[in-house]
Amino acid sequence: MLGVIRQRVACRGIPTRNFERGIRVVASRSLSSTAKEMTVREALNSALDEEMSADPKVFLMGEEVGEYQGAYKISKGLLEKYGPDRVLDTPITEVSLCLLLINCSICVCNIFHSLSFYMLQAGFTGIGVGAAYYGLKPVIEFMTFNFSMQAIDHIINSAAKSNYMSAGQISVPIVFRGPNGAAAGVGAQHSQCYAAWYGSCPGLKVLAPYSSEDARGLLKAAIRDPDPVVFLENELLYGESFPVSAETLDSSFCLPIGKAKVERAGKDVTITAFSKMVGYTLQAADILAKEGISAEVINLRSIRPLDRATINASVRKTNRLVTVEEGFPQHGVGAEICASVLEDSFEYLDAPVERIAGADVPMPYAANLERIAVPQVEDIVRAAKRSCYRSSSLAATA
Amino acid sequence: MAHLTRRTADLLKPFSVALSSMRLLTTTSTTPITVETSLPFTGHKIDPPSRSVETTPQELMTFFRDMALMRRMEIAADSLYKAKLIRGFCHLYDGQEAVAVGMEAAITKKDCIITAYRDHCIFLGRGGTLLECFSELMGRKDGCSKGKGGSMHFYKKDSGFYGGHGIVGAQIPLGCGLAFAQKYSKDENVTFALYGDGAANQGQLFEALNMAALWDLPAILVCENNHYGMGTAEWRAAKSPAYYKRGDYVPGLKVDGMDVFAVKQACKFSKEHALKNGPIILEMDTYRYHGHSMSDPGSTYRTRDEISGVRQERDPIERIRKLVLSHDVATEKELKDIEKEVRKNVDEAIAQAKESPMPEPSELFTNVYVKGYGVESFGADRKELRAVLP
Repeated sequence: MLGVIRQRVACRGIPTRNFERGIRVVASRSLSSTAKEMTVREALNSALDEEMSADPKVFLMGEEVGEYQGAYKISKGLLEKYGPDRVLDTPITEVSLCLLLINCSICVCNIFHSLSFYMLQAGFTGIGVGAAYYGLKPVIEFMTFNFSMQAIDHIINSAAKSNYMSAGQISVPIVFRGPNGAAAGVGAQHSQCYAAWYGSCPGLKVLAPYSSEDARGLLKAAIRDPDPVVFLENELLYGESFPVSAETLDSSFCLPIGKAKVERAGKDVTITAFSKMVGYTLQAADILAKEGISAEVINLRSIRPLDRATINASVRKTNRLVTVEEGFPQHGVGAEICASVLEDSFEYLDAPVERIAGADVPMPYAANLERIAVPQVEDIVRAAKRSCYRSSSLAATA
Repeated sequence: MAHLTRRTADLLKPFSVALSSMRLLTTTSTTPITVETSLPFTGHKIDPPSRSVETTPQELMTFFRDMALMRRMEIAADSLYKAKLIRGFCHLYDGQEAVAVGMEAAITKKDCIITAYRDHCIFLGRGGTLLECFSELMGRKDGCSKGKGGSMHFYKKDSGFYGGHGIVGAQIPLGCGLAFAQKYSKDENVTFALYGDGAANQGQLFEALNMAALWDLPAILVCENNHYGMGTAEWRAAKSPAYYKRGDYVPGLKVDGMDVFAVKQACKFSKEHALKNGPIILEMDTYRYHGHSMSDPGSTYRTRDEISGVRQERDPIERIRKLVLSHDVATEKELKDIEKEVRKNVDEAIAQAKESPMPEPSELFTNVYVKGYGVESFGADRKELRAVLP
């Protein structure tokens, strides 16, 4: 709670901007100047480390998280530090038939290597949910959320709905995390964004960090949260560096779930985004600023609960809205935001809501096709200008 | 070329016996030679086939050439990936060529093969061209999937190759489905569903196998056991790594997957079995020299000694080379010439593939549906780019 208040103070009224690697940060006024940078990977690793250290009930399970140090190295060093009882390599078996309950004793077993259950998504997801029923706090890693589809029954039916169906008896303090959305050139089966699918399910909390501060604060919040949390990371962000304040680095740091962040204040158009698209949107905002359009960039951080209050307050100020997401457009996050704004702030809108999303096709492999299948900065700029009635060309048919 | 005869006695000797008295055979000769597989087959709930396999000089040379071609293609793909001409994921098959080649020798193009993402060589074996391979890998329009699939999504339906799948284990129920359709259509053909030791623990395998067994489907599940599921060794992933036994009530056969004749024999045997009695599991004991994919060095979870050891003792191409030489089917120089030729073919295909253009932007919207009924689809900015699906 204290961390939340301190965070609000620190962020009030200070426009934060996207920082590319190597550019030094301008420290906020109310914090001591620390030019410390941290990659998203380090942020996630440190968050996992600290939460595992603080609570012995927290354990990590997933493909290659142990000996391989993590498919994307997020769990690097954790097996060594916490031992094979708390960092478990799984086979490739996401669903599972087994109802083995994992006993999280802290005894370190030196002789054998971590258990290996490779490629069994449904299996280890089911096992993880079972462990959470019993009171442990699993952090389940999916190599990508594309593989979570093999386990989605357990995420939705076994995890999300349990607290409700049992009238509060069976809570599920579990975190499902891993890369979501498109990487580069990985093709149709490895590029889907699952924010909209998971975001539509009551009982789940769905988070999508962008910066290292987001990654640390939201992952810590997710692990501490008593409900099932789907934590959507992005592979291409893992290596990106962001400035982090001393407060962010503190082990008690936590961000509130369900609160969006105004990354950049503006007055002409509201642009919502999450995950990697926040970076693109901030770049678009820079371009728009040169053309005299002041864009307010909202980093959603939380897909469910969606921070409708912040979004609506912003639209009431700017009167225009552009939603940006990587996933498929139909029934997407942008569609929900648009509906919400129409319901709550219709009279404030001066222009139709604009949606930028991934193309309505399976992700192609060819580089040129992939480029037009994923939103680019120019798409966001164009849509923002359209909502300000600034562009001259109308809709073109391909 | 002179047509020469052989001494009958030599036909019965295994290849490891010195045959210095042999005289040169023509490489197009179809005179039968009998070879022994390196190891006997081990059966689970079935009597294994004989170790003696019939072949011909022509077949020996074809095996050599085909495997050399696959080997060269995969090594060239490694370089292309490092040159960033191939993007995303790239899973290489070098070391496992005997499985692809031996299987093809036992079946027809009317039989179906389905596999996971380590599919380049299977595609080639099914009749795919080098140009289609390299173009697809580089995302060009001459690729087998017009550049839209990538490394993991090669297909050749007209030759019974159903891909090319990225999600581990998914191809197994799909393969059983192909077998179902073959039985339903009374085709008298079979399906080979290939998977790895990593996928062998997937629940969907057992679900699909149960149904295949109940319905006597002509499905042959082939576990390409290269002993590592990504970075996890089989003993860390499976309580029972005897994958040929994991079918329980379904019979299985353990095969030396580095011996193309063993593979051929096992596949021939399985096809006959599956058509009469339903599913069977083949475990191919094989090895991949590369890591899991180009993002994996392949040496953090296994020693370089192990890799070079397998290369020295069990390499499938070397095995054929020794056979060819010991049976005087060709000379060392002729074999080296074939390798040179193969290398040239690969280089030419790469050059040609590099000239192949990227797909047209309009291809973004093709093949979403077979029949789109004029439905609209959209680009990232729906007001800027939209199309009517054909």
